[in-house]
Amino acid sequence: MSRLLLIVTIAGERVAFPAAEIEAVVEIEGLTPVPGAAPHVAGLSALRSRVVTVIDSHASLGLPGGGRARDALLAVIDGHPYALLVDSVEDVVEAAGEPQPLRAAAAPGWARVAAGAVEAEGDLLLLVDLAAMVAGPALEAAA
Amino acid sequence: MDELLKDFIAETREMLAAIGGEIVAWEAAPGDRARLDAIFRFVHTVKGNSGFFDLPRITALSHAAEDALAAVRSGARGADARLVSAVLAAIDRIGELVQALESGEAVASVDDEPLIQALASPAEAAASPAAPVAPQPHRAANVRTIRLPVDLLDRMMSGVSDLVLARNELSRRLREAGAGADVESCFDRVSGCIADLRDAVTRTRMQRIDQLFSALPRMVRDLCAETGKKVALVIDGGDVELDREMIEMIRDPLTHIVRNAVDHGIEPPEARRAAGKPEAGTLAVRACQAGNQILIDIADDGRGIDGERLVAQAMASGTLTAERAARLTPAQKIALIFEPGLSTAAEVTSLSGRGVGMDVVRANVERIGGLVDVDSRPGEGVTLTLRVPLTLTIIPALTVAAAGQSFALPRSAIEEIVRVKGGAARIERLGGARVVTLRGRRLPLVSLPDLVGGQGAAQEAQSLVVLRPAGGGTFALAVDAVHDHEELVVKPAAPLVMAAGLYAGTTIADDGRPVLLLDPPGLAGRARVTPAADEAEEAPEFAAEAARLQSWLLCRTLSGVRRLVPVSAVERIEDVPAEAVAATAGRLHVAVGDTLLPLEGCSEAPDHPLRLLRLTDGASEIAYVVAEVADIVSLAPEIVPAAGPGEALGVCRIGDEQAEVIDLHWLFARHAGKAGAPAEAPLCVLPDGDPFMETILRPLVESAGYRVVAPGDADAAKAEIVIVGSEEKAASAPSGARLLRLRSAAEPKGRKDDSIHRYDRAALLAALAREGRG
Repeated sequence: MSRLLLIVTIAGERVAFPAAEIEAVVEIEGLTPVPGAAPHVAGLSALRSRVVTVIDSHASLGLPGGGRARDALLAVIDGHPYALLVDSVEDVVEAAGEPQPLRAAAAPGWARVAAGAVEAEGDLLLLVDLAAMVAGPALEAAA
Repeated sequence: MDELLKDFIAETREMLAAIGGEIVAWEAAPGDRARLDAIFRFVHTVKGNSGFFDLPRITALSHAAEDALAAVRSGARGADARLVSAVLAAIDRIGELVQALESGEAVASVDDEPLIQALASPAEAAASPAAPVAPQPHRAANVRTIRLPVDLLDRMMSGVSDLVLARNELSRRLREAGAGADVESCFDRVSGCIADLRDAVTRTRMQRIDQLFSALPRMVRDLCAETGKKVALVIDGGDVELDREMIEMIRDPLTHIVRNAVDHGIEPPEARRAAGKPEAGTLAVRACQAGNQILIDIADDGRGIDGERLVAQAMASGTLTAERAARLTPAQKIALIFEPGLSTAAEVTSLSGRGVGMDVVRANVERIGGLVDVDSRPGEGVTLTLRVPLTLTIIPALTVAAAGQSFALPRSAIEEIVRVKGGAARIERLGGARVVTLRGRRLPLVSLPDLVGGQGAAQEAQSLVVLRPAGGGTFALAVDAVHDHEELVVKPAAPLVMAAGLYAGTTIADDGRPVLLLDPPGLAGRARVTPAADEAEEAPEFAAEAARLQSWLLCRTLSGVRRLVPVSAVERIEDVPAEAVAATAGRLHVAVGDTLLPLEGCSEAPDHPLRLLRLTDGASEIAYVVAEVADIVSLAPEIVPAAGPGEALGVCRIGDEQAEVIDLHWLFARHAGKAGAPAEAPLCVLPDGDPFMETILRPLVESAGYRVVAPGDADAAKAEIVIVGSEEKAASAPSGARLLRLRSAAEPKGRKDDSIHRYDRAALLAALAREGRG
């Protein structure tokens, strides 16, 4: 069974998300900050009549340099819509084979969200766990 | 095939929910043929359907249950407790199997044989004649319904919300562009259609509260079995409708309260006997709609709440000082049940000791904008009342600004709004903590700008909002500005946002930006405010003044007069189009939703959209037009009486300005008698089914102050007057009531004929008036 992947760039790294988990690629305009929330919560944005929680992927990975991105991946997790800000969106491609476990040790931020490695169009890409990206480091530590 | 299976699952689940109450009722009255038939029909239908889908376990179970019930139907077997339990167990297993089927889980591989064995009667096993199976009665298809997935409804709702937002945007653009009158009128028409559509879609989300109540009989039965108590459950008002999301939100609190009532409230049979009560306790669950609220009463006739024991517990756990305890009123003592960690249960039982206390019940209900009241009479029982808004999605809110951002506050938690500049409030710093003194009352001050990480310091705060959140603990919230009162469509926020502990949800403002709804208890907790003791205890000398303080809406009327309306009398604020108003039946009426309200505050039908205050005196409602709602103020006005009776009771001062105080008594007195007659009105029995009596006579009788009941009504025996047609022979009136015969012929039949011509208005009214006085 073929698996579609969405290739995006986050902090200079080309990574893949399972395309089935992504509802749409959207552009985020006008953020309402959420004071007191975890640092990777960039704020709230209205997408049509839905309020989506916008996630700063840099902050979620513990990396600097977030806050400039406008493109976001829209996904619904447990009934709540989230928009994950990414630096750029490349394309949807078909995976060449099943994801494999990541044998090498990733950097701490990436290790938390890594779901494995997947091959597509001749490149080996990191497959990212969207839910872990959204949950962010704080909640993971608490769990 | 998949679709068919889904339908089978959905149908079976619906039937299961409906059948739960029937089984319990049948157990109580095994002779009740109607219940038996309903249960039989269920297992029969399930048997037929499951055979079609090749679900052998369900088929075997339902077949066995059907056989057993058929034997009861034919009289070959009695409905004893063993059989009822066996049928229940079989139906439960069917429910589990269907659940597993739906979720696609592996079906638990438990042996069904013991259940089937339990259903077979020993006598039957010894070769009794096979019971004849009654033919399956056809189910009447009298209601036309279709089954829709809930997410489709949600999508419709969000589509309509999008439409409303797009319309708002378009409206703004049209204003800016200065479109012509024809475009405007076309736009208005579109606007109207959208509003209608939104109403209709909102209504599709309403569900009967039966959904919630249908599980109670079974639950109470099981609780009784577990505790060895006897409880008769009375359910009323199942046809009340509310938003399905709301139903889900009150499911847990209601379940918990009912559990508590059976577990702790109602005494064991021997204790009840000793107390001179009937062995079986009564638990009454009633729902009714009052304005835009739903009231759910859960009343038991058990031992009541021991206020003294609560006080002792609270003192032992250190949440209450002896000094405070001594000053608590009995009602305040009972209200301690809502404090965290307190309960009157002597020991934690397997039923109620599941970690959810009444404090959680209260917090859950308040989270959705509702309230819980408790009333206890020692030895006589406890009544808990849940008041919840009709829909979860729309709550009245106040928008405020802090650190350059807008936030919303639920109006239910707001006690008053104070402007710092007015000099009424004095802010002091005590070792970093801030305390505000308001009319001698000291309250902890929480700075919203500080809390949300802005740079605005509390000294520069323009306004204070005094909040009284769930669980008491009044505090003042400093904000940069108070914007507006709005009815907001609130949606739940993502867990990441809720984790901040400051918010109760999100909403979208007029300009399309998301706004966070603040959670008052969360704010207090986050700012580490120690809940202040009750105000009456803090400053007794001000208690008297506080008692006189009332919240008022400061409005401007159409004629430009500033007028004060008590907030407690305002049910809601509503905007209606000019067309909703018409001069009908000799006065102005306005159509709001599907009701017609008398309109006050203007003398002729206006030609522009109106803002209405819906005022209520508890029984009837009137609509009062205002040009704008300027503010909410809290004051004990010194009223200078008006020159004569009228809309204004008098004049008072607000700061340096004057405002008229509305005379609600005068307003409602003008409409007295228009409203539905209260329950204590004298009763009049009118025959039902007669169009003349129903449509022509009934309003006349009601306007004479009677409550009309049908002859079969339970209250008919208490009637003061009984009206019958003169053609009816066997008519007799209960003792103390008078019989009033109406004839259709204009002339009496003879001298003995004491009947009244049905269109002789004067004679009719005279007869009704005479009875009313007697």
